[in-house]
Amino acid sequence: MHTLRRYRLTMVIFIVTTTSVAVGLMSYALRENINLFYTPSSVISGDAPVNVTIRIGGMVVKDSLTRSKQSLQSTFRVTDGKSEVDVYYDGILPDMFSEGEGAVATGEINGDLVFIASSILAKHDENYMPPEVTYALDEAAK
Amino acid sequence: MVAEFGHFSLIIALFIALMQTVIPQIGASIKNQLWMSCARPLVLAQSLFILLSFICLVFLFINDDFSVRYVAENSNTLLPDRYKISAVWGAHEGSLLLWVLILAFWSLAVSMFSSKLPIQLVARVLAVLGFISVGFYLFMLFTSNPFDRSLPYFLTEGADLNPLLQDVGLIFHPPILYMGYVGLSVAFAFSVAALLNGSIDSAWARWVKPWTLIAWMFLTLGISLGSWWAYYELGWGGWWFWDPVENASLMPWLVCTALIHSLSVTEKRGAFASWTLLLAIMAFSLSLLGTFLVRSGVLTSVHAFATDPTRGIFILIFLIVVIGGSLLLFAFRGPTKKSSSKFSSLSKELFILANNLILIIITAVILLGTLYPLIADVLGWGKISVGPPYFNLFFVPLTLLLGLLMPVASILRWKKTPRLNILKYFNGPLILSVIIGGSFPLMYESYEPIAVVSIFISSWIILITLRDIGHKSSTKVSILDGLKRIKISYWGMVTAHIGVAICIIGVGLTTAYSIQRDVRMLPGETISLANYQFEFVTIEPYEGPNYIADQATVLVTKKNSTIALLKPQKRRYFSSGQTMTEASIDSSIFRDLYIALGEPLQGDAWAIRIYIKPFVMWIWIGALFIAMGAVLASLDGRFKKIQ
Repeated sequence: MHTLRRYRLTMVIFIVTTTSVAVGLMSYALRENINLFYTPSSVISGDAPVNVTIRIGGMVVKDSLTRSKQSLQSTFRVTDGKSEVDVYYDGILPDMFSEGEGAVATGEINGDLVFIASSILAKHDENYMPPEVTYALDEAAK
Repeated sequence: MVAEFGHFSLIIALFIALMQTVIPQIGASIKNQLWMSCARPLVLAQSLFILLSFICLVFLFINDDFSVRYVAENSNTLLPDRYKISAVWGAHEGSLLLWVLILAFWSLAVSMFSSKLPIQLVARVLAVLGFISVGFYLFMLFTSNPFDRSLPYFLTEGADLNPLLQDVGLIFHPPILYMGYVGLSVAFAFSVAALLNGSIDSAWARWVKPWTLIAWMFLTLGISLGSWWAYYELGWGGWWFWDPVENASLMPWLVCTALIHSLSVTEKRGAFASWTLLLAIMAFSLSLLGTFLVRSGVLTSVHAFATDPTRGIFILIFLIVVIGGSLLLFAFRGPTKKSSSKFSSLSKELFILANNLILIIITAVILLGTLYPLIADVLGWGKISVGPPYFNLFFVPLTLLLGLLMPVASILRWKKTPRLNILKYFNGPLILSVIIGGSFPLMYESYEPIAVVSIFISSWIILITLRDIGHKSSTKVSILDGLKRIKISYWGMVTAHIGVAICIIGVGLTTAYSIQRDVRMLPGETISLANYQFEFVTIEPYEGPNYIADQATVLVTKKNSTIALLKPQKRRYFSSGQTMTEASIDSSIFRDLYIALGEPLQGDAWAIRIYIKPFVMWIWIGALFIAMGAVLASLDGRFKKIQ
């Protein structure tokens, strides 16, 4: 084959393979690393998968927060106005976390339908409500 | 009165910008000297009016004029003066005003330092910059006017600036980042002007390069300042979160990095002309997209965007006009002449092409990860968040690959490098960096592969670079004489590349050897962590100008000698009642000790977050080197001659 043509062909093959490998890897990585959001109602109804990393959110139920006396372990309940989910967390709760306010947790549901959180997000200023919480409340109100 | 004055100046600036867009552009098309030469005075006039408008807003903030809605929402009488000034760009409207002010500044700089450029090119460049200004003026005046009054019922006290933003870092971070964002408009304007003029050559590349370098320098500084701020202010000890807002600034940086390298090829070899133009258009488009993502509210929720779509729709239309328009122009007027330069498989050109490809792939990965939740939400695939693992999965190996190729590219010759010479050149550094990388983690208790790889890559970069400096200076009479003969742009490249190596060391070692403990502590209690003893001495109330705080005193000792006395705070701001964590850090070259207060628990106990972060400062020191490299490169004599 002509040198120039061969050069062009290798270039084209190179570009096509790298792009398809890249696109394949990207969509695979996206599938593996996205965390779907579920409302407390869908957790209780069993729609949310067990032992898979997901996010849940809602309002923290008043007087539901209990802390261990020796460690940083805490439990509280999150509601969308219809159903409540128990959340367990071992770590420092964020600044704006408080009962009666919105919070979003990332973690897994265990066999007893308790949500084992690996991280907790609260709103980051007075006026802000995590969009997921608004969504959860709206869904439950429907 | 002052508010009306500021508003009025803004309107005048809009009309001047309109003239700046139209008159020189027509002048350049019909080759009318007088019309083209209007561009410079118009830029000056526009800058003066926008500056006036900006000063008015600063004045309103300092004098607590809460009848102006924007001031009332973002300031407070108790706010210290320096934060009143930084509150000017603390939220949407004011930051747009800063955006156009900086755009005017860049336009003015172009009009002043372009005396030796062809007037037709200058006229077109300034016209394009004028067009961008017009877009932003219209956006401000129609959807986000910072001078809007809330008459007749106005507040006697402002709502206050978000406490997170009440920090020295936030005084400088936005202006510097915007200098970078907006500075990319210059390379963009030069590209559009070149497309309109129908000529692009090495002279053109030489004109664009210093502007691009300076914009890139500001972008580098802005991003690293933001990351440093997040590190000490958010209280989580992290320095990069793959947050959409961060990604929005990283993407233009990556493309701009590609652009700088591709410009070199266009300048020295006359090749890659179309690619360079495309990169310049992409870089600025991404910086506009970043503004759109951050400013339209589309990130917090697609629905927030849908309920108040005016802002978002406006930026979206502007985005389509600018990006679509410039790409169409590129399609019709792009360089058709095939570049005559050829290069072999072992040439600088090919390696720079590889660099560009990798950078573009990284950008594409980040863009997809950033936009995916939005796309999913719009298409009803559910509420999704894309986590850091996705970004790291691609970013880390691709960056390391980039680091592996980087020093090779820098010593290869243009066109073709003899194969034999080159292999000899790499053997020594390769063996040495394998040894250094492999043995470094032995100093620590655990053998971490991340540390091995990052130390290997950075030694590889540094060793080859040093060797090349030695090689370049040894051929002359004496080494000192040889060093003096090396061009300043070469020093720029070397400094920036070593900066990347320093950065990789910082990122790698912090990731591998950071220690974090979240603990519950009572005053008087001591905790041991990696040879350090942390004693929680006391917790006392503390009063700041606009907040009260609980301030802890933590004594850090190592083998019975005092290392540091750290005083982290938990603040409560008066005006908003908002709680804020103020971490306390003992920084040094080899490690940071980082303490943040969590929450008060029962009795006197507190939740306390303790970190030991080795080499974390190297991330930002590396970034400083990169920025310094850009400055050195832009000082090269060949750029001065043409200005």
